[in-house]
This record gives sequence, C-alpha cells and structure tokens, in this order.
Amino acid sequence: MTLRKTLTAALLGSAMLAAPASAEEFKFAFQGDASTMDPHGLFETFTLGFQRNVYEGLVARNGKMEMIGALAESWENTSPNVWTFNLRKGVKFHNGNDMKADDVAFSVERINSEGSDLKTVASLIKDVKVVDDYTVELHTPAPNPILPLQLEIFYIMDKEWSEENGTTEATSVAGGDEGNFANLNANGTGPFKLESRQTGVKTVLVKNDDYWGEMASNVTKAIFTPIDQDATRVAALISGDVHLAWPIPVQDWKRLESADGVAPLTGPEARTIFLGFNQEDDELATSDIKGENPFKDVRVRQAFMHAIDIEAIKKKIMRGSATPAGLMIAPQINGFNASQNDRLAFNVEGAKQLLADAGYPDGFEVTMDCPNDRYVNDEKICQASASMLAKIGVKVNLLAQTKSKYFGKVLAQNDYDTDFFLLGWTPSTFDAHNVMSALISCRGGDDNLGAFNLGGYCNPAINALTAMVQSESNQEMRQKMIEVAFHIHKQEVGHIPLHQQPLSWGVSEKVDVIQRPDNIFDLRDAVVK
Amino acid sequence: MISFIFKRVFQSVIVMLTVALIAFALFRFVGDPVNNMVGQDTTLEERAELRDRLGLDDSFFVQFGRFAKNAAQGEFGISYQHRRPVSELIAERAPATLELALISAFIATAIGIFMGVYTAIHRTALLSRAMMTISLIGISLPVFLTGILLILLFGVILRWLPTFGRGEVVQLGWWSTGLLTTSGLKALILPAITLALFQMTLIMRLVRAEMLEVLRTDFVKFGRARGLPDRYIHFKTALKNTMVPVITIIGLQLGAVIAFAIVTETVFQWPGMGLLFIQAVREVDIPIMAAYLVMIALIFVVINLIVDILYYVVDPRLRVDRAATGH
Repeated sequence: MTLRKTLTAALLGSAMLAAPASAEEFKFAFQGDASTMDPHGLFETFTLGFQRNVYEGLVARNGKMEMIGALAESWENTSPNVWTFNLRKGVKFHNGNDMKADDVAFSVERINSEGSDLKTVASLIKDVKVVDDYTVELHTPAPNPILPLQLEIFYIMDKEWSEENGTTEATSVAGGDEGNFANLNANGTGPFKLESRQTGVKTVLVKNDDYWGEMASNVTKAIFTPIDQDATRVAALISGDVHLAWPIPVQDWKRLESADGVAPLTGPEARTIFLGFNQEDDELATSDIKGENPFKDVRVRQAFMHAIDIEAIKKKIMRGSATPAGLMIAPQINGFNASQNDRLAFNVEGAKQLLADAGYPDGFEVTMDCPNDRYVNDEKICQASASMLAKIGVKVNLLAQTKSKYFGKVLAQNDYDTDFFLLGWTPSTFDAHNVMSALISCRGGDDNLGAFNLGGYCNPAINALTAMVQSESNQEMRQKMIEVAFHIHKQEVGHIPLHQQPLSWGVSEKVDVIQRPDNIFDLRDAVVK
Repeated sequence: MISFIFKRVFQSVIVMLTVALIAFALFRFVGDPVNNMVGQDTTLEERAELRDRLGLDDSFFVQFGRFAKNAAQGEFGISYQHRRPVSELIAERAPATLELALISAFIATAIGIFMGVYTAIHRTALLSRAMMTISLIGISLPVFLTGILLILLFGVILRWLPTFGRGEVVQLGWWSTGLLTTSGLKALILPAITLALFQMTLIMRLVRAEMLEVLRTDFVKFGRARGLPDRYIHFKTALKNTMVPVITIIGLQLGAVIAFAIVTETVFQWPGMGLLFIQAVREVDIPIMAAYLVMIALIFVVINLIVDILYYVVDPRLRVDRAATGH
C-alpha cells in the first residue's frame, strides 16, 4: 500500500511539475538535427538556418529574401577592396555583453581557425580593421561587389564569452577538441536563446526579451525535434504533436489536405536539379562504345535533352509541383534572366536524328549515377529519364544509391568516377557566380574552380567570365557577363537542367509561418494563433 | 571452476574481436563520411585534409588496429556528426533503450505466460483460438508495420497517445527516466507494445508447448488421481516445471530485445541507442557504428557467460564430467 501511495504521489508530483502548454509554444520537426550549435562548424543549410534564430550576421535576408541590415546598420564599398560596415548600437549578446567591432574582428579570426567549415567565407576577407567600437572595415583580396551577399551566413560571436569558455576556435569534426563549449552552448544576439539541447533528440529555444529588433513572432518557447522517418513525421503533424514539419513526401500532400487542421505548404525551392555528362575522358568506362566518348559530341548532348519529357516528370513524379528549368539557376537567384530559361523542346524524332548524325544511329549504353535519398524523388527522376532515353535507343543502366555512397563515388576524391549523373545545387550566396565557379567552370586549375563540375565540361571562356563577374562592380555589366556565360553553356548543353524541386512543408492551422525559397525556417516569422 | 571461467572469458574476447573485425570490414561499404561532414562550399583540399586527419586513407588493418587499441581502453573516439565523445553519447541514450527493453520484456513475459498457460489448458476454447491467431499476427507482421499501424490508430485517429518521442524525462543523476511523468509513461506505451509483440508470441508458444508436454506426464496424472484441485496442478505442478527453459529463453532474449529495439526506436523516434545507430549508419558516423556493434556484442557475450556459469553452478554433472576427464 505504501509503495502504491508513493508511486501515485510521484506521478502526481511530476505531472504538476510539467509546465502547462502555453499558447505561444511552437513545436517543429525536421528530418535531421542541426549538426552543431557552433556557427562556424558546418556550412550546411539546415544547421545555419537553425542557428540564425540564436546568432546573427552583419546582414540578413528577410522572409521575402531581401537583404536587410542585421548587426550592421549600413555598409558601403568605400574603396574597391574595402567594405565598411557601420554596426548597430545597443545590441547585446544573450549574456549581456555589448556587441562591438572587436567581436566582428574576433569572429573573422575564428572562421580562419582549423576546425572552421566557413573557410570559403574566410578566404573572401584578407584583413579586418577595427576603426572604432561601431565601425569595421573588411579588406578583400580583390574587388568584390557581392561581399555582403556572401556574408549572410557569417554569424558574429562574442569575443569575451568565447575566451572565457575556451572556444576561440571553431568546433572541428575531426575531433581533438571534444567538449568544445560552443558545440552545445550558444551566446548570440538573436531573438531566441538556447535553453537546452540534447543532440539528435530535442533542442529548446526561449524568447530573448532584450532582442533589439522588431519581429512578427509571438513565440515564447520553441521546441525542435528531429524525426527521421517520413511516416512518423507526417503522423506527428497530423496528430497535432508538432506545428510544423518538413520535408513532407510529395506523395503525402493529399493526406495532409484531407486531414483536419493541417495543410501542405509548398513553393519552388531555389535548388536546380540537373543531369550531367562525362565530357573529359576519351572513352566512357561504362559504355559499349570503345575508343571514343559520345558525350564529347554536342549533338549527343542535345539529343539527350530533346529526349527528356520534362512535363511528364513534372506531372507524374513531382505531382505538378516542379518548375521546369532551362538555366542552371533558379528565378530567385541573382543573375537569372527569364528569357534564357527556355528548354530544348521534347522531340523524340529530332533526338534520334541528332544521334544518327553524330554516328550513333543505334544508340549506346551508359551507366547513370543517382542518389536515392538526397533530392525530392531523385531516384524516380532517374528511372523516368532512363526510360525516356530508351526511346531514342540509349540503354541507361541506373546505379541509384544512398547519398554517402553516391557522393563518395562521383566527387573529386574518387576522381569524378561517373559518366552520366543527376545532381542538385542551390548557390549558397544566392548569386549566379557560385554556380559559375562551382559547376560550369573548367576544373583542375589551381584556382579551385569547377570543383563540382563532375562531368568535366570545359570552355575556358566561362572561366574568364567567372573571374570577371567576381570583381565587376557595375551591376549591368556584371549581369551581361553572367548571361553570356550561361548562353555559352546552354548552346553547348554542358548540363541538362531539369527543374527546381518543390519545397514541401506541412503546417498546422494553429500557426503562421513563412516559407523561404532556400528552405530555411526562421522563427522570427512564426506566429501562434 | 576458475580455469573454466578463464577459458570462457578468453573465448569471449576472441568473439568480441571477431565482431569488431567484421563490423569494421562492413564500414567500407557504407560510403564516405567526409561529404556528410562538410558543407557544399568546402574546397577539395580541405576535404582531403579532413580525410587525412581522420585517418580514413590508412589501410584497413591500420585503422582496425587503432580502433581495437582504443576500444580496449574504453575509448571510442569522437562522433563525426555530434562532435562529442561516443561513450558520452551512448551513456546519454542508454537509459531510453534499457527502460524500453525492460518494460517490453516485462509485458512480453507476463502476457506471454498467461496466454501460454491459458491456451494449453483450454486447447479448444474460442478465446484460445483468438489468442493463437493474434500471436500468429504478432510473429508475422514486421515490427515496422506494427509500429506505424499503432501510431495511426492511437496517435492519429484516436489521439490518445503521442506519435513519437519519449515525453518529458526526469534526471536521476546520470540516468534519465520517462517513468515518472505522465507524458513519459504515455509515450512508452506504443513502442513497448510494438517491441514486446514478437517476444510475447515466442514466450506464449514456448509455454504452451512445454505445458502440453508436462500435462501429459505421470506425476500430473498422479496428482489428478490424488484429487488435487486443477488450479494447484496447473500452476503449482505444471507451470513450475515448464519454467526452467522459459527463464533461460527470457534471459537470452533480453539481449535480443535491446539489440532489436533499433527498428522500434526508429519508427517512434525513441531517443535510444538504436536510433543513434541508425542515424549513424545514414551519415556514415563510423565511431558510433563501431562502438554500438561492439557494445551489443558485449551484452550478448556477458549474458551468455553468466548463463554458462550458472549452468556450471546448477548442474553438478558438468563438474563431474570435467573431473572425470581430468583424471
């Protein structure tokens, strides 16, 4: 009897301890966790997107993707190689320290440290000059008109806090600094403070009452849980256990529409999905054609593009939600020109003719590499492409595998071991230059260009244009150069752009959120009704 | 006795090393971890440098030797994904798995024995047939499907129970428990049933078969002839005699329950070691995968070792045989 009484008492007691659910509690779920709370530890969309609730950069993008000042009130290209940022006064870190120019200089130093994954950002800054407490100059190695754009994900940390807690270097994935304080703790200037975190299980944020900025959000407590399984994530949303969940499988949209109190929230993502060809080797390892590489012939590449029925992929596989693309960049990306976004028309006969002209009237055989857990319906798109290519006589052997295996095979570390592949790309800067330098420039030089040009497409003119775009400050001229580069790439069918995939979120009626095309969810825009 | 234990311990070490070796050989087919550890703008040089620092380019035996040496000192390295010591992560997740495993083992045993006895005594009753059918479903439906169906029914349609997670937990020192909060208890129900279903069927079928066997024996017949009440015969005489193999199986199955909690934990996003392992497989987090597999092997080895020693203590024939051959 006494045992039962104690148990009951314990149960009652703990039930009372559990905080009552308040109206401003916001619960959300994603398929994985933010890898670290260290803002300089991993350059990855979800991780940085989650951190931006806690940390802030000099500049930011709002819900409409417009550049706005964050910790900097204004900025100016004071001389070709110098950007001057005027910092906002009266901004405090969560521990009460003032945010000053020292902290910016310290953060630049920190992204140069060994464990940092923001070294690409670090390489944009040659030198930092603290002019006074609220003015800081960033010197660039060459004129760089888009520096502010590239600094959006560079978050500022408190120098004193980092020194006090021995975290003056970024958390390294390679180990050796286990227990790096910033990995599990955070001290930013953002609208939310990190209350508790159990990696891979649950992270709780609470409102920062001293936040300097205005925001629409009325959320006082946000609880984030990663949920791995699609089915479980969808069930959690429908049952009301979370207010927001993503990604939602495209196949489940109907289920959300028919369920009470939830709806799918979709829109075009800025990620372009495309196919690419090995144009470097003299012979394709996986093809039955020996002694030559069919993909070196532009007519073969054109034939492949003519053979793809993009509308069928959109309708059958993407449930009508993809945006067919003719360019390697999405409409939201700086440098996009709609008049260039047309595609080679779907034309099986024309494709066959082109193949015959190129000397392959009976087609040929080739292996296609495809991830099966990276992009929306990636494997299905590859299967559909393979069957469409079969109609012009090309026999595609599909090798679809998990992203860890796929990237291990096709990236530089394995000598770009692929003849035909599917890949997706969102330029992290939201500027065309990133796509030009990473995807369509010739690779192999010491300029680090073309690192993700898996097929080795090469036209030196594009490398030259990329270098010019990097430092051109006349916006009109710059736009022209971008268009010329994409025009060349398009004429030569360097890749086959397919579409921009849809963003797929599920949202409860009890909340309002804004969906950004970069798939980042910002708590500043979340309102509990 | 001491030489016997020493021999078994030595064999266990060999088993552990073999498991580690096989596991390690498998990791080469999981993919490359580095691309999951860096962002898309990280340069090729930085990626290569990271691969070098992690020692991923070393030969298989160098990597395995390094792992075995560290593991022997209880050092499993740093998780690639979480950037924290693996031993710390496993200690953090172990309570969730152990609570789930123990509760479902308890459910499986209690209900399994009851159903086994009932179906053995009332072989033709309607309820017995219903139980046999249910048990057939329990053994043939994949755990994944059972879990999803339970979530759908009790989480989405009826909305009685949470669809995922562990609810609120209370920290008792380093042990986190969900047994002291209502949300924790509610969250435990569905995963515990899902995990228990298979074991329950196993125990029920075992008890039933053993009971049928025992009920046919002479001493039960004599008991009936003496006029002992049915209740006494069924529970005091028969059930008691079936318990030896049942207890052995339950003990051995506890290891299996802990190891096979992986699927249940994944379906319910139960923050235990199994989920940690599955996430690690997807992200090719080799330190976690290695540590988890070695730990599961250790659990099995320890349980088997204890069972062996118990047999030795309980069964005098083992000792006599040894002594005989020794002469």
